[in-house]
Amino acid sequence: MSLTRSAATAAAGGNGTGRREPGPRLLASRKPLPPVLAALIARPELGAVVATLAILIFFSLASDSFLTLAGAGVWLESASTYGIMAVAVALLMIGGEFDLSAGVMTGFTALIVGVLTTQIGVNVWVAAIISLIAALAVGAFNGIVVIRTGLPSFIVTLATFFVLQGVDLAVTKLITGQVVIQGMAQVPFYDSIQPVFGSSLTIGSANFYVSVLWWLAVAGLGIWVLNHTRVGNWIYAVGGAPQAARQVGVPVRATKVGLFMTTATAGWLVGMISLFRTSTVQANTGVGQEFIFMICAVVGGCLLTGGFGSVGGAALGALIYGMTFQGITFAGWDTNWLKTFLGVMLFAAVIINHYVRKRATAA
Amino acid sequence: MTEPNPTPTSSPAPGTPILEARGVGKAYGGVVALQDVSMAVTAGEVTCVLGDNGAGKSTLIKILSGAHAPSAGELLVDGVETRFDGPRAALDAGIATVYQDLAMVPLMPVWRNFFLGREETVGKGLLSRLDHKTMRRVTKDDLKAMGIDLKDVNQPIGTLSGGERQCVAIARAIHFGGRALILDEPTAALGVKQSEVVLRSIVEAKRRGIGVVLITHNPNHAYPVGDHFLVLNHGTSMGYFAKADLTVEQLATMMAGDPLDVEGM
Repeated sequence: MSLTRSAATAAAGGNGTGRREPGPRLLASRKPLPPVLAALIARPELGAVVATLAILIFFSLASDSFLTLAGAGVWLESASTYGIMAVAVALLMIGGEFDLSAGVMTGFTALIVGVLTTQIGVNVWVAAIISLIAALAVGAFNGIVVIRTGLPSFIVTLATFFVLQGVDLAVTKLITGQVVIQGMAQVPFYDSIQPVFGSSLTIGSANFYVSVLWWLAVAGLGIWVLNHTRVGNWIYAVGGAPQAARQVGVPVRATKVGLFMTTATAGWLVGMISLFRTSTVQANTGVGQEFIFMICAVVGGCLLTGGFGSVGGAALGALIYGMTFQGITFAGWDTNWLKTFLGVMLFAAVIINHYVRKRATAA
Repeated sequence: MTEPNPTPTSSPAPGTPILEARGVGKAYGGVVALQDVSMAVTAGEVTCVLGDNGAGKSTLIKILSGAHAPSAGELLVDGVETRFDGPRAALDAGIATVYQDLAMVPLMPVWRNFFLGREETVGKGLLSRLDHKTMRRVTKDDLKAMGIDLKDVNQPIGTLSGGERQCVAIARAIHFGGRALILDEPTAALGVKQSEVVLRSIVEAKRRGIGVVLITHNPNHAYPVGDHFLVLNHGTSMGYFAKADLTVEQLATMMAGDPLDVEGM
């Protein structure tokens, strides 16, 4: 049609001169992404899959007992609680926020149950539900403060982290005179709740904890929500471009507050798992682990800047952590090297992620 | 008006503008941003609004898109006087605005952006899930109809060119019921080739019976695609012209702020 042609020529050369007529395939000239990069953009967890296999093979060669049923039971158990948290932290990170109180939350929730049952005589099931409500309240608080003030969640949750850390120590000491809760196994109905969070299945010499099932369930649920529901679409959007999300009608505030509450709920679940596996809890439980959750999420392909990442990748990031943590012990090396190893891995992951994002948004 | 009380349900007479502004003006406090401006957009036509920075283009968009109510004059939708409570009301009347920032999330796949906030789902209750297949197909087909043939609608929208992203925004507005599109400087940040892509999609929208309001400060972009031209300067209308009454040179001259020399036509 003639109008199309005149539009093209006018756009091309001001007064319709100075430019040749464009070919019919105007858009064919765009440079395609390199295949590896294209795959990483489509599948952010690709790096974590490769790293998981590499580390599995590496420690299997370094130690005879690593790739045995008993060995797998050990590193799976180690990975499971980190994996549950990594899934929630990854969702939050994709949604554009951090939660530095995620680590201390595991101790906070376990201590609530410990104090309520051993000191006040509350039914253990009721105590677990009270603990969950407290966690949800803290999560909602984090989210609402971040939304209302517009402050970075890094600072808001850092404050929550320190407040809870102090409360954990001071209140535990005040009530029990110690910094550890003991005697959980003697509270009524303990035997009815313990298997839900702390039981294990013994196969030969191998022990498989129920926490591994929780990890798989949480990861499956996270993958489902993020990739197959409307809420998942909103999580990507509020992390990637909150202003744009708001413009097209995404409930930005509710999505973000929901993510903080999800992270708190995951903290509660891990708190229950650690409490009922050992029947004891220390007042400083979870402190310092918030960064490990974030490392797992980033190694799994999440961008620190939000809007991009993978729940499955984060779950694998935790598996990498668990395998490395136990693998170093299996191989008989100095476990002090663990953190150095983690740091190197984080560094590599961040550089890859940064490169992917630059290519994805530079066009 | 010949019919004082037109019933909203009756379809308007053919040729009735989808959206019409009659003598609209807007004052913010004591500052007059826009005064006595009239224009209309009809199905299958492109009305261009031209003006330099500060001419009142943004104010006019805000009135047309329902973001601000005019402080003088009236808006008519399908020939019926209307007052928008907000952008949502304008959208419900089929008037969709595509702003310069496009409301897109660069790292999200094209199809997720296309349906963001209005996702298609299958299943009920807890099993309600995104209909990936339908959304991918619709995105691909709608973009193809606009002249953008994407091999993979799963790529992040940030990897598309500026012109292609504009086209996605236009296709999205049409898909979700836009009968009249208000395009805010869609070619402003684009190079020559990318501007072509956008102008072609405007022509395509027009061919499909969509009314387009094209806001621009480039007469060379406006003239080839436009049917009517409103030129703004310092918040007032310098004239509303049909294409037949105007050459691109005259348009450019007016844009420069000189009144049209009618005697010289």
